[in-house]
Amino acid sequence: MKILVCISHVPDTTSKINFVESDTKFDTNGVQYIINPNDEFGLTRAMWFKEKEGAEVDVINVGGAETESTLRKALAIGADTAIRVNTEALEASQVAQEIVAVIKTREYDLVIAGRESIDYNGGMVPGMIAAMIDASYVNNCVSLEISGDKATAVREIDGGKETLTTSLPLVIGGQKGLVEESDLKIPNMRGIMMARKKQLNVIEPSGATTKATTVNYEKPAPKGEVKLVDAANVDELINLLHNEANVI
Amino acid sequence: MSVLIYAETEGGKVKKVAFEVASYGKAVADQMGCEVTAVAFNASDADVLGSYGINKVMNISHEGNFDAKIYASGIQQAAEQLGASVVVVSSSADSRYLSPLVAVGLNAGYATNVVSAPSSLAPFTVKRSVFTNKAFTHAEITSENKIIGVSNNAFGSVENKVACTVEEFTVSLASSSVNVASVDKATDKVTIADAEVVVSGGRGLKGPENWHMIEDLAEVLGAATACSKPVSDMGWRPHSEHVGQTGKPVASNLYIAIGVSGAIQHLAGINSSKVKVVINSDPEAPFFKAADYGIVGDAFEVVPQLIEKLKAFKAQA
Ligand SMILES: Cc1cc2nc3c(=O)[nH]c(=O)nc-3n(C[C@H](O)[C@H](O)[C@H](O)COP(=O)(O)OP(=O)(O)OC[C@H]3O[C@@H](n4cnc5c(N)ncnc54)[C@H](O)[C@@H]3O)c2cc1C
Ligand SMILES: Nc1ncnc2c1ncn2[C@@H]1O[C@H](COP(=O)(O)O)[C@@H](O)[C@H]1O
Repeated sequence: MKILVCISHVPDTTSKINFVESDTKFDTNGVQYIINPNDEFGLTRAMWFKEKEGAEVDVINVGGAETESTLRKALAIGADTAIRVNTEALEASQVAQEIVAVIKTREYDLVIAGRESIDYNGGMVPGMIAAMIDASYVNNCVSLEISGDKATAVREIDGGKETLTTSLPLVIGGQKGLVEESDLKIPNMRGIMMARKKQLNVIEPSGATTKATTVNYEKPAPKGEVKLVDAANVDELINLLHNEANVI
Repeated sequence: MSVLIYAETEGGKVKKVAFEVASYGKAVADQMGCEVTAVAFNASDADVLGSYGINKVMNISHEGNFDAKIYASGIQQAAEQLGASVVVVSSSADSRYLSPLVAVGLNAGYATNVVSAPSSLAPFTVKRSVFTNKAFTHAEITSENKIIGVSNNAFGSVENKVACTVEEFTVSLASSSVNVASVDKATDKVTIADAEVVVSGGRGLKGPENWHMIEDLAEVLGAATACSKPVSDMGWRPHSEHVGQTGKPVASNLYIAIGVSGAIQHLAGINSSKVKVVINSDPEAPFFKAADYGIVGDAFEVVPQLIEKLKAFKAQA
């Protein structure tokens, strides 16, 4: 089985979000980058298929040279080969097209992406890839088993879960649950040493078109101070929620 | 030139989230000077959409469960038949599942988490929330066809009664490659996605045996129950209740957090809720910086009182 894991390179959750150049660019100053959390769950699930079933695992990122540290981390966790499509990721449809161009040359049985990235929060890349290559597709995937060319997946739905059966090739939008958090792999020394010898192939973009552009960013208006209500006076809270906030 | 909205249904009824999507579609149609049509699956009460500005509903009859590929093909064909250049969808799990497929099918640019009506039509510019609600971006959709995913409770439902006709729309739907083996869903509870009020408990509640407080409070308010990540990790509550960056997003009108510290990853998932209330015994808890209203106090004393007083308030209302 050949697996491709799509890796988005995102600011650590605790990063300060600021913008520069008249609010047109994200301020990367002092920002620590990580593997998008949803992708980390997917990558660890891919490692399980590698260890138990001898799957080959490639990781891919569409982005500039600055994302290579994140791809190296994925190699240190155990991916076999990394691919970087050398172009700035501008929006989901362009990213999906670039990933599809790579998929067409290498033919994967399973493509794992995250249900959404924590920076752009688009939640579109896995579905777009599935539609472009006409593969089976499961979003919000919290469990995945594969046997031969059949797959059983669990999808989180509003208010519960749904168990699905499908066939490969398959694209999933994965999230927490694919593996337990305690099973997430932290690269060890040996992994880091081995990652240095693994291939990180840089390939040129296919020239995908974009369908959307970011004009500029805006920070939410600073929030007012919290209104504190005395613990002995919950009536006042009810009054505020009813008359001031109009929510009850 | 036309606007199409996708109106979600459940058990043959149009879901409430569709009213907000319809209201958004109507606002865009007014800007464009055209009518707005809805496409729905198995809607028995589709004409209710007329209360939110929808002139026509194309209803597709389909037996069997929701399926992203099948539904996407129906929506795509409705858009094509209508010549709709703008398609509006919600932010529900199902809409997010099928919309990327529609986007590829219609060769459309797709913006998710959109929080307000387009600020301009040419160029077509919308405001969307990014960085887990820590910022907004003004995005320009440059393609001819466009799909807008409206963020829950961001635009609101706007009543606007018009005459509405419902037509059966007969199409040949795509065949699916995914089969639903089983569905496990609590049908008697308000879901986090649909709820206007969410009551959430954290580790401060000490143990699952104390959750009756959260459930009772939720019941008085007609709210959904939620929890912080450690609470679901420890098995006090099911994973489906875990909210935050790695859990479900919450965009309710009112979010009440009890015994939740307000860690950045928790706030990331609930920040787009309109009004936030915190009840926490530690005045230094970070949640107080994010909340609109707060009580510094012991949940075990405050919450039972709150439940009693709310019952009295509801009884007289
Ligand atoms: C990558 C990553 C992703 C994460 N994703 C999420 C996520 O999606 N969702 C999430 O929730 N967390 C997430 N977390 C965890 C997050 O960082 C916090 O650890 C977690 O939110 C804390 O949960 P809590 O507030 O219930 O518990 P605690 O931090 O232990 O807080 C308990 C609170 O209860 C208060 N308290 C105690 N006793 C009482 C009482 N009697 N009455 C009133 N108040 C009382 C305390 O003052 C305290 O503030 C994530 C962490 C990481 C690293
Ligand atoms: N630039 C990128 N390179 C590779 N994969 C990406 C990139 N951007 C997004 N993805 C994948 O698509 C998923 C969803 O991203 P998004 O649609 O941006 O929310 C992420 O979790 C990744 O798996």
